[in-house]
This record gives sequence, structure tokens and C-alpha cells, in this order.
Amino acid sequence: MKKYKFQLLSLLGATLFLTSCGNNNGQSGKSSGALNSSAAEKVYVAPGEHDEFYAFMSGGYSGNLTVYGLPSGRMFKEIPVFSQFPTSGYGYSEETKPMLNTSHGFVPWDDAHHPDISQTAGELDGRWIFINGNNTPRIARISLSTFETEEIIEVPNSAGNHSSSFVTENSEYVVAGTRFSVPIPQRDMPINEYKGNFQGALSFISVEPEHGHMDIKFQLIMPGFNYDLAHPGRGKSHGWFFFTTYNTEEANSLQEVNASQNDKDFIAAINWKKVEEYVNNGGGTKVPANYAHNVYDESTHMATSTMKKEVLTVNPLDVPGAVFFLPTPKSPHGCDVDPTGNYIIGNGKLSADLTVHSFDNMIAAIEGKKFDGEAYGIPILKFEDVLAGTVKSGGLGPLHTEFDGKGNAYTTFFISSEVVKWELGTWEVKDRQPTYYSVGHLMIPGGNSKKPFGKYVVAMNKITKDRYLPVGPEMEHSAQIYDISGEKMELLYDFPTHGEPHYAAGCPADLLKPKAKKFYRLDENKHPYAVLSPDQARVERKGKEVHIYMSTIRSHFTPDNIEGIKVGDKVYFHITNHEQDFDVPHGFSMIGQNTSELLIMPGQTKTSLWEPKQVGVWPFYCTDFCSALHQEMQGYVRVSPANSNIELSWSLGD
Amino acid sequence: MKKASILMIIGALLLTGLFKFPLWNIMLGAPQYPEPLGMNIYINGIQGMSEFDIQNIDGLNHYIGMKTLPKPEDMWEFSVFPMVIGGMAALGVIIGLLGYFGKVNYNWFLGWLILMTVLGILGMYDFNAWMTDYGTNLDPNAIMKLANPDGTPMSYKPPLLGHQKMLNFDAYSYPRLGGYLMGVGMLLTLIAYFVGKKSKQIAQ
Repeated sequence: MKKYKFQLLSLLGATLFLTSCGNNNGQSGKSSGALNSSAAEKVYVAPGEHDEFYAFMSGGYSGNLTVYGLPSGRMFKEIPVFSQFPTSGYGYSEETKPMLNTSHGFVPWDDAHHPDISQTAGELDGRWIFINGNNTPRIARISLSTFETEEIIEVPNSAGNHSSSFVTENSEYVVAGTRFSVPIPQRDMPINEYKGNFQGALSFISVEPEHGHMDIKFQLIMPGFNYDLAHPGRGKSHGWFFFTTYNTEEANSLQEVNASQNDKDFIAAINWKKVEEYVNNGGGTKVPANYAHNVYDESTHMATSTMKKEVLTVNPLDVPGAVFFLPTPKSPHGCDVDPTGNYIIGNGKLSADLTVHSFDNMIAAIEGKKFDGEAYGIPILKFEDVLAGTVKSGGLGPLHTEFDGKGNAYTTFFISSEVVKWELGTWEVKDRQPTYYSVGHLMIPGGNSKKPFGKYVVAMNKITKDRYLPVGPEMEHSAQIYDISGEKMELLYDFPTHGEPHYAAGCPADLLKPKAKKFYRLDENKHPYAVLSPDQARVERKGKEVHIYMSTIRSHFTPDNIEGIKVGDKVYFHITNHEQDFDVPHGFSMIGQNTSELLIMPGQTKTSLWEPKQVGVWPFYCTDFCSALHQEMQGYVRVSPANSNIELSWSLGD
Repeated sequence: MKKASILMIIGALLLTGLFKFPLWNIMLGAPQYPEPLGMNIYINGIQGMSEFDIQNIDGLNHYIGMKTLPKPEDMWEFSVFPMVIGGMAALGVIIGLLGYFGKVNYNWFLGWLILMTVLGILGMYDFNAWMTDYGTNLDPNAIMKLANPDGTPMSYKPPLLGHQKMLNFDAYSYPRLGGYLMGVGMLLTLIAYFVGKKSKQIAQ
């Protein structure tokens, strides 16, 4: 019997051995090297462990910004920026409504495209992340300690705020360019008189170094092209900014055809330091404007909106030597600058090839005054003089390029659905990998800086189709992550992304992890309606307005019984969360209220407006499962007829 | 005897560490508290390990009807303990000095140690009595009234020393730096006694 058992075991052992050999063979066939660990292992972040990188993905038409971990592809948070967000009450609470104010009134939505993390000396510094609203031109600044939107500035004279929001090497400016040229100032005129009359504004928004507050320093009023994308110079090209253009034909209809006629459009090279100097010396013209500047104050937990009435414009012809056009083939889309700052890549989206300009060549050409004519008085450099090389990719529809910091560039090809790796300098294609499907932007953490972290690239695709379980006609977009640490790219993982991510920005987790805020200090709460201890909780009437100063702590509201409210009153619930612990929010919702709930973080005060329309006793409750007694965290408001004379009263626990 | 006296003085002075460092520490960890809550017990009051730990411990304790943690003015111990420790340290130093100059013999060292030990035991007894009251004298209207399998009300008294599982919490109770310094100090005075005794024998 014993012997038999032994034989069985050895047989089992032999089988295991054979199977494992088989597995190994199968794997080495798929991956590039026999020693490569499996793709699953590379993206697996064990329960409780943390990702290596943060990735901030723009939400496109969701108007927001989502936070992901790499390499796992797990989503951690959706940060509301340009869109109302009932989950937290952003854009619904009295404190945050002003954030969405514009010259067109309250705009509850936008199309968020290109996040960019602030930089110091050309490297990511993790203070803030900026993102543009494309539709109603706006730039937002988001704190990377609270991960909340702190500021939104509207951009006047702009439309389709697409070549935005990219920061200069020391975050001196966040730059916003217009995709649509428009009449400046706006006026009633025939659309077909576009050519020669419409103009494009490139806005340089200064960033105050300590608090990040934004202010439009100047707007360069350029010819009426479409300014599509942009990136800053860095290193030796610091002080310059580069914008791709299309529709240099200045067509106003059926651009699909009419804006695709010129063999070459331009990359506009802007010496912003020169313009800045001109402006600092009193240059430029102040023109009337009307745009909103919305600032959220972390200590009052409130936003204020100010309308600004003036903007400084600069005619590029008034600053000789500040603006040049670099001819670039085939309606270039992405405009990317390599980590050394020497190469400017024009991704000609109707072409198979990439055009790479050299900053050194450009400076030499400018100094040699080798011009090839001008456009609206702006000198055009000779294509051959500025060209550094052409990448013959074999792909179709290049859109965007990122860099790994090791001398390689990675370009997405929308039409041929692939990422192509090529080498700077030799312009040789090193590798190509398919994407699923029709990739737009791609992102390497720090890929738009002097110091990329070239370990992973994420491709963000426009078409999802069959990548996940079907969920009807409308679905989330899809991203792929590739390991780029080796010679060849290795597809690791697919994950769905929220809204329509355009660009994304990533950084090492360690840059943000230690300073991520855990909760707000109650003793630093300067909200005018805050109650700092429960005995200050009260209800006050000012005519038809009723202010309820309410506090919450596990697991009750103070007060939780309120009487003396009347039909037709405007009732403001000012709720302060008295918890001082990590991750203990309380929620608030009132039956029949024509707004969203509130989610109030520890130490924070938020205000919800309720206009009771019916007599009765109406309950409210906490919407966040805050404790074992969350279900008990509730209260009542008695609403009496408008002519009733019941006195205001409030109580807890009697 | 001079060496013994120096040991005595150092031993007594180590007590003063209690004015700076906590005597005892209680940590409370639970699955949803990956960073455990903790309190440091000083001779003149209780402080949270993190700034808001006391508030958060009180917040949790209100479910089971425990009183809030005492502030320095709530307990006489927090004003008496510093005087006792200060007095004993001063007394020890004086005895040490007198020993150094040959005014008293090593038996005084032992005397000091016995007095200190008695006071220490009284202190521990008092501490334990407070914890028993704190953990068992619960609000009759507590939100959660839990009973042991035999029907008696559950006690939430933290252990005097060591680990104990209390509901979802793991409580750990151990001396902290101030307490260890006091222990080392007392050990030094014991050594001082023996060293003094030995030197006397050699001298004879």
C-alpha cells in the first residue's frame, strides 16, 4: 500500500513538472524574452498595496478629471471640475455654484481635454494640475493635496479652448490657445467674411507661485487659423511655446474638405519671454472684455466669482522677432517637444509621416533671416531649414507623441490604430504595437517634461467596440497600458476609462502620496456659517430666509428636529462635519429638494438650499454610511402654512 | 560607596524622564483603523498618539456608553503624580549626595527603592481601578449594550499589561519610554545598594 502511494505521488510530480514546462514554453512564445514575467504579474497590485504611479485622465465630455493608478488601471476618484457632480454636491452646493459661473451665466458642463501637472525647473512638482474646458473656454486649477478644483478662469476672445492647458518649465504660465478663430471682439457680422477678419487668441495665463492663482497676463491676437495643440519649449527652448495650426486656408464651412487643401500648415513658434518683456515695459492694448474668475478658498470652503472687465492684447507684429511660422505638412495635430527641448514634433494627422523640427535649426534660420514669405506679416521660415528629420512610420494618421527620456519617442496613429516607437536623431522606427481601437492621446508619466518616467505608456482609445462585456450602444472608452522598459513594447492590460479621456498626466505616486490631505481641520474652518461646536447649532430667520446652522458627528445631526419653517421660505442648511478623522464624511439629503445631496468631509462646511412647497413634516438623512448607526442619522423639519405663526424652534434628543 | 552613590543619583534622576516622556501607552487597532488609535499616558495627563486620537476614541466609546477620557483637571492623580515623582527624584538625589559624602549608608538606597516600589504599586493599583471604572461604569442608556455569554455586562477595561481583544479592537497596553526610564532608574538604585554593600564589605 505504501509503495503504491509513493508511485502515485511520483506520477503526480511528473505530471506537474510536464505541465509547468508546457506553460513556460507557451509563455516564451508570446513574450519577447524567456525571462519576462507574465503581463498579469506586471499589472497586479496586491490587495492593500499601492500603485507606482498616479494617472490623471481628462474626462472629455464628462467635464471632469479622473484619477487612476498605474499599472493596475484602477480608478480612485472622479474630481469634479467643469461639471455639476451630484455625488459630492459640487456645482449644487451654495459654496461651489460660483465655480461654474461664466460670462454666459451658469454653465454646468464642459469638455475637459488636456491635464498638465505643474513644473519646477522642467520637472513635475506635484503642486497642481491644470485642465482646460474646451467648449466655454476655461482653465481650471486643481490642488494636488486636496484633489479638489480650486480655481477656474474663463478665457475671453477664445472659442474651442483646445491648444490648452500646458504649463511652462517653471509654471510661469499655463497657456490656452483657441481652436476656433472668431471675431475679436465678438460682433454681428457675416460668417463668410471669416477670411482676414476672424482672429485667434493665444492666452498666457500667469500662475502665482505660492497659491497658484491665475491671471491672464496677455493675449496674443494671431491670424484666423485653428490653433490645435501646443507644448512649451524646455531646456534650451525654454521661453518659447509651439502651437500647431490647421485651416490656414481660413475656410468657414465644410472644413473637413476646405481646411485640408494646403499641403502644409504651420507650427507657430512664440517667443513668450520676448512678449512678456514687451508687456512688462508697458506694451499691448487693454481692451474691454467680460470673463469670470472663480476661486475656491480652502479655509472658508467657499468659492467666489468675480467678473473681470479688461484683458491685455498684443498684436504679434508689434513685437518683432517674437512669432514665426514653421511650415508643417498635413494639418498637424499634436505638437510635442522632446525632453531636451531641441525637437518639435508635428504630427501631421493626414499623413503617414512625422515631421520633426529642430530648435537649433529654427534659431539659425531666424538669425540668418531665411524667410519664405510671410502670413499676415508674420515671417514664415523655410521648411527645409528648420526640418531635423522625418519619421517614415508606415502608420497612418499620427496624432500625439510622448517621450521615455531614453532617446525614444512614442507616437499614436489614429487611423492605423497603433503606437509606434521610434528613435530621436536617427528617426528609425524601433517597434509598433496595435491599440484597441483608434488611439488618440498617449501618456508616459512625466512625458511632457524634462524628466519622463519611461516605464509605462498608456494609450487612450476613441473606440471600444468589443473590448469588454457589451453594455448597449453607449459605452466607456478604453485604455491600454504597455510596458516600455524593454526594447520592445509589451501590451499588459486593457481598462475602461470614464467619459472620453483626451490627454492625461501621470507622476510617481511618491510625489503626491505623502502630502495628500486626510481631512480638513475644524479649527481652521473659516466658513461664515460654520458651527465649531454643537452648542452653537441654531436656526435663524431673516424674513423669508431661514439659516440652519447644523453640525454632524457620528451619528446625529444637531439639531435634528426643526419647527417654524413655512411654505415659501428659502431654507439654507449650513452643515459642518465635526469629525476629525480620515474618511468619515457625512451626507445630507432632504426629501423633494430640487438639488443634489451634499457630501461633507470632516472639518468642512457645505450649504444646501431647500424651498419647501408643501405643508408637512419632512425628513432628512445622512447619505453616507458613516457608522453602525448611520440608519439612525436622520431628522425632521416641520413645514407650516405660509401664514402660520409657529415660532422657530430646534432641538436634539429631548 | 562613591560609585554606588553616583548610581543612586543617576537612578533617581532617570525618574524625571516621566516629565517629558509617557509612562504608559494603550493602542487600539481594528480592521478599519489601519493606523491604530493610541493614547500616551503621562503623569500629568493623557494625550493622543495623533492629534485627534482622543476625540476619535471618545467618539467610538460613546456607542458603548464609556465616559470621555479624563482631562488633567478631571483627575487628582494628574496633579499629585508629578509631585510624587518630583519629590522622589529629589529625595533620591539628596540620599545619593549624602551617600557620596559618607553621611548615610547604602541601606538608605534600599529604603528609597522600597518606598518607590510601594508608591509604584499604589500607582498601578490606582491606574487599574480607574481603568476598571472607565471600562465597566457605563452609561445605562448606551447605544450598544453588550453582554458576556454568561449574561453579565461586557467590560471594556483595557488590559493593564499586554494584549486583549475587545469587540473589533485589539488593545495593546505597555509601558512607554518614561516608564522604561523609571524602571531602569529603579534598577540602578538596586544596583547602587548592592555596590554600596559590596564596597563596605571590601572596606571591612
